[in-house]
Amino acid sequence: MPTPYTKLVIEHFKNPHNVGEIENPDVKVTEGSPACGDMLTLYLKVDPVTHKITDIKFKSFGCASNIATGSIITDLVAGKTVEEALKITWKDAAEALGGLPPVKIHCSVLAADALHSAVEIYMEKEGLVKEKNPTKMETVFQKLTHVIDPNTGVDIVKSKIIKGVKIENGIIFIEVDLKENDQFAANVKEEILERLGYLWDIKEVKVSFSK
Amino acid sequence: MNTIIYLDNASTTPTDKRVIKKMLPFFSENFANPATKWTSSLSKLVDEEVEQARLNIAKLLGADPDEIFFTSGGTESDNTALKGIAFKHHDRGNEIISIPIEHEAVLKSLETLEGFGFKIKFARVDSKGFVDPEEIKRLITKKTILVSIMHANNEIGTIEPIEEIGKICRERDIYFHTDAVQTVGHIPINVKSFNVDLLSLSAHKFYGPKGVGAIYVRKGVKVKPFMDGGGQEKGIRSGTLNTTGIIGLGEAARLASEEMEQTESDVKKMRDLLWDKIQKQIPKVYLNGAEIDSRLSNNLNIIIKGIRNEPLLVALNERGVIAGGGSACAAGSKYPSHVLKSIGVKDNDIFGALRITIGKFNKIEYVDYVVQSLNEIVNSLRDLSPFWEGE
Ligand SMILES: Cc1ncc(COP(=O)(O)O)c(C=O)c1O
Repeated sequence: MPTPYTKLVIEHFKNPHNVGEIENPDVKVTEGSPACGDMLTLYLKVDPVTHKITDIKFKSFGCASNIATGSIITDLVAGKTVEEALKITWKDAAEALGGLPPVKIHCSVLAADALHSAVEIYMEKEGLVKEKNPTKMETVFQKLTHVIDPNTGVDIVKSKIIKGVKIENGIIFIEVDLKENDQFAANVKEEILERLGYLWDIKEVKVSFSK
Repeated sequence: MNTIIYLDNASTTPTDKRVIKKMLPFFSENFANPATKWTSSLSKLVDEEVEQARLNIAKLLGADPDEIFFTSGGTESDNTALKGIAFKHHDRGNEIISIPIEHEAVLKSLETLEGFGFKIKFARVDSKGFVDPEEIKRLITKKTILVSIMHANNEIGTIEPIEEIGKICRERDIYFHTDAVQTVGHIPINVKSFNVDLLSLSAHKFYGPKGVGAIYVRKGVKVKPFMDGGGQEKGIRSGTLNTTGIIGLGEAARLASEEMEQTESDVKKMRDLLWDKIQKQIPKVYLNGAEIDSRLSNNLNIIIKGIRNEPLLVALNERGVIAGGGSACAAGSKYPSHVLKSIGVKDNDIFGALRITIGKFNKIEYVDYVVQSLNEIVNSLRDLSPFWEGE
């Protein structure tokens, strides 16, 4: 049956590799959001001595090419060190799949973003980041652009639900313009913690809801 | 399985072989332009067939043949109705009433009219997609010139209370248009009892060819044509007639008049069996829109919890099953369905919407294969989904 997808995409889509969750992962990260259509959760286990990725698994609520890219990118990464993994791009994934239709590029970007985020979080957590600059507001906002506001489908910075950010004595305070009982509040909080929890000079992240 | 099981008949239908047979001679044997019927016997012959087609459609709608005008399809008919009335009768008022679950052909036309200073009011629809005629009544003011409400919705199959709305409009001397693209040839229609002034239809939705349709314009109702040209179709639609398409449309209409009842009962039987088996075999599946017995007989629109429809459709296609659902990923749009959104389906769930629409060429024997395929694919996608807890 002809489709806009290559044979390889269809193969990986039908039988995706490395699907599932890892118990006690070193990093778990989610990119995208169900409200904007695609979402991918990545789990990493890394050898603390060699910093080689020993296990990688993913789950996807995404389109066929999102699933296929999750499958191929986890294949590409297996056994690599975290530094090597950082160099793998969505282009590598798309090429390894024999190409993706242009409209599907953003789905492969999502898988690569998840990988890079996971590795960065790991490196920060393990103190592997070379220049240790103190965390600034810019860094916080940049990281928050990865958290999606499910009510609008865009990131929480763009959707302007961040009411205030304060960094004080190693604690980041974030005020979110959502009701505490909003159906997505807990979810947004969890993702904020996931993104900011591992910065080397940050002891704690406190998320509060404004209304 | 090498057969294609096509379950997206609300999108388009295969052209009936009998329709094609009827059309074929009019490509290169009887190719003449019917406009020259007074001087050419060949044209006269084509003209007779075109007029027969007009008559067939008129019969199907309970209209007079001179109230039927051929167009290029549903989109053009909708545009003609809305813009044609608005631009012709703007001196009477500038308000138009419609519903948010109309087809884009209506919604975008209304958007354009808004740009020209018309005021568009949308009546709410309930969680099943029904509009309340009382609400239309409330929205009508002295400035209202047109009400446009679709006969049945293309995504969820909800059949609107057209007769009541028609009556309300007629009593107040307001033009009433209905987009009947999903119903003509499928369920009985009578423009007189519906009290409609304008009605859109499209051939390819009932086993006719693509790119041809018609608009019913009640005698005495004036519309401003938006294409200028040779004045064909009494000036409402200029351009040399699409004779082969029109003759195909006429034949499709004739076949529908004869076979509608049987087709509807067959289609309903298969749809009901499919829904029954899906519900029994797949957990956490819900119907979108009206109850199964108060929607179009060919329509099934369901939410499958925990998954997205795009990979589902791709995987079904791999197994030879073609269904619909709309893909947010492909269009890059945030909300794949304005219809499901309007009836209050949650965003997460909209992504898991699957539309199955049965047609007269589907075989009921394939139901088991379809449900089994669906079940297997849904299971594997749920295993993959971060939202599926095995509820
Ligand atoms: C309700 C409705 N209106 C209008 C149209 C447009 O018809 P056409 O494809 O003939 O332009 C369609 C079909 O796509 C439809 O389902």
